[in-house]
Amino acid sequence: MGFDKVEKRTDRLFSKRLDFKRGTIELTHGAGGKASAQLFEELFLPAFKNPMLEAGDDQARFAGHGRMVVATDSHVVSPLFFPGGDIGSLSVHGTLNDIAMSGAEPHYSTAGFILEEGFPLSDLRAIVESMAKAARDSGVMIVAGDTKVVERGKGDGVFINTTGIGIIPDHVAAPPAAHRAEPGDIILVSGTMGDHGVTILAAREGLPLMSPIESDSAALHGLVSDLLAATDGVKVLRDPTRGGLATAINELCRTSGTGATLDEASIPIRRTVEAACELLGVDPLYLANEGKLIAIVSPQEADAALAALKNHPLGQDAAIIGTITEDTHGFVEMQTPLGGRRMVDWLTGDPLPRIC
Amino acid sequence: MKYVDEFRDPDAAKAIAAQIASEVEPGRQYHFMEFCGGHTHALCRFGLEDLLPKTIRMIHGPGCPVCVLPVGRLDMAIALVQSRSDVILATYGDMMRVPGSGGRTLLSAKAAGGDVRMVYSTLQAVDLAKANPERDVVFFAIGFETTTPPTAAAIKAAKDAGLTNFSAFCNHVLTPSAIDAIMTTGTGETGARLDGFVGPGNVSTIIGAEAYEGAAHKWNKPIVISGFEPNDLLQSILLLVRQVNSSEARVENAFARAVRPGGNEAAQALCSDVFQVRESFEWRGLGSIPHSALEVSDRYAAFDAERKFAMEYVSRPDHKACACAQILRGEKRPSDCKVFAAGCTPEHPLGSCMVSPEGACAAHYLYGRFRDALPADLVAAE
Repeated sequence: MGFDKVEKRTDRLFSKRLDFKRGTIELTHGAGGKASAQLFEELFLPAFKNPMLEAGDDQARFAGHGRMVVATDSHVVSPLFFPGGDIGSLSVHGTLNDIAMSGAEPHYSTAGFILEEGFPLSDLRAIVESMAKAARDSGVMIVAGDTKVVERGKGDGVFINTTGIGIIPDHVAAPPAAHRAEPGDIILVSGTMGDHGVTILAAREGLPLMSPIESDSAALHGLVSDLLAATDGVKVLRDPTRGGLATAINELCRTSGTGATLDEASIPIRRTVEAACELLGVDPLYLANEGKLIAIVSPQEADAALAALKNHPLGQDAAIIGTITEDTHGFVEMQTPLGGRRMVDWLTGDPLPRIC
Repeated sequence: MKYVDEFRDPDAAKAIAAQIASEVEPGRQYHFMEFCGGHTHALCRFGLEDLLPKTIRMIHGPGCPVCVLPVGRLDMAIALVQSRSDVILATYGDMMRVPGSGGRTLLSAKAAGGDVRMVYSTLQAVDLAKANPERDVVFFAIGFETTTPPTAAAIKAAKDAGLTNFSAFCNHVLTPSAIDAIMTTGTGETGARLDGFVGPGNVSTIIGAEAYEGAAHKWNKPIVISGFEPNDLLQSILLLVRQVNSSEARVENAFARAVRPGGNEAAQALCSDVFQVRESFEWRGLGSIPHSALEVSDRYAAFDAERKFAMEYVSRPDHKACACAQILRGEKRPSDCKVFAAGCTPEHPLGSCMVSPEGACAAHYLYGRFRDALPADLVAAE
């Protein structure tokens, strides 16, 4: 054995590569030692590959300028894989959409993992690759991260926290913000409501549905960018995630000291989602969306905003669904298709099925 | 959605509403009770009261299983799951947040370490028992006649599978007894003032339209059995108006696509095999009513959680500020209760009417409370 070969062998930090077929997460993968380094080098680094990560420092460094935006989101979805996405892509889209709702373009994201001992490496790789793809497709770099491992039974496979950083472009003179909603403004949504929530509920309960439903998980900054380029009348943007459309509108009314009236017939809901909701006894207006936005727009710009949304692939089903009203109680009312009225309240608890 | 859209058609709704408006007699007040919580929910959710003449008042009845379950029965379930670590309590989701004594709920019992699982069907509970042979699965059985056959089917399935670790905590109650109780208990004002009932829909698919003949005759009130879609309800209200106008008191079936005169005889036979009628049962708001509930029959005693775990019922008073009792009897409206929307909200319910979306208070809170804030002249109908 020549000297060169021995040197090469002693140079090698890891005696065996990670087994992505049969291997599982062990406590050592989160201990900060050699096993942690191996997980980083053999999984995270190649997947997220970018100069900042490759620099090997404990932090990412970049020049700050303009109006910067930061948002964070933790993801604990169960099941981890569902029709239309998985916890990986969801964790990128979720945070990125919060950034986008300010009118900002997302640039960077972090990725913090809490893994459960015994979690299959094959699943982790699938999740990480899905995250990497979602980030690449969105033009976002994952530039910092962390991994901790908890004992078996103390987690649910994998939890992911992401923090995103974005910059509001100079041409967005008045960035959308919740407090800007005023009586008379028009409320739009970019598409059908409840797709993600129903998908998760059906997958979680193992309910066989007659027609397939997919999560709408998607990055919305492209849609936002087109919308803001088409009109300067956009006052508020919000992605109606947990709590659904109903809760998001209530939040916006509370923040801006207004009320709202919605027109039930104009709220886009897929027939399959509507049918599943009837079956499950839940209201689609309270179910999460992961690829839709609410836009509140000045009345004279409503048509331009609708046209801009409809022009984008993610906004084809966009619709005008109501108006902001003057109401000191902050009540959100709905005109039912039959000509009656009712309130649309905040989500209380979790959506639970009815008994009969 | 087929079989739904037809019954939510706005043009049909407006036509029936116009017909109702043209048939109500000037100067006459109509007080109808929709017995069933599903009807309460539909009335509020579709804003149907806006379509009715102001002289028709809908009174929300006690047909919400969660709402009429007395606190003491819930306490029994909470005590069981807290004291027995070998027990898995399987329950429908609605029960999770119902407050028992001291504000404790199944959700808080779960948080404290009790094994409470939410199920969508009784057979899921049987599957839990199969999958956990070393544990005892207790199904929290609750509901009117609609949910009774599924419980019976589960008990029978458990018996057929030779399971010894499955039992049901039976809280099934009977609708006709409750109608009697509304007419006689409390101040009796409701009974005197009521002009008719919108009869239960799902319950009637099991017990049949004929089951109400006795009540209609005895109390001389029309009963129109209704489906749960808005146009079902409007049509039923129209039929009630017609009967009142012509001083009739018949049972009419406006839910003929689902309800037969004699009901579902196979389900009835199954239930009388697995259950027997209790001597007496306490209802929240209505008090103890004789022969108003079911228990697991002696034949299936091994599947009766109450006997298996020697569960004891202790009657507990409601929260003293809570007006659930009068609301369930139709003597008060939700907004008449001092704690409505103040101390009692869906997040922190004091009384059971605020828990289930089918409860009178929760339905009004979620869908109708903006009306309470309107100037008085706009709510003349209330």
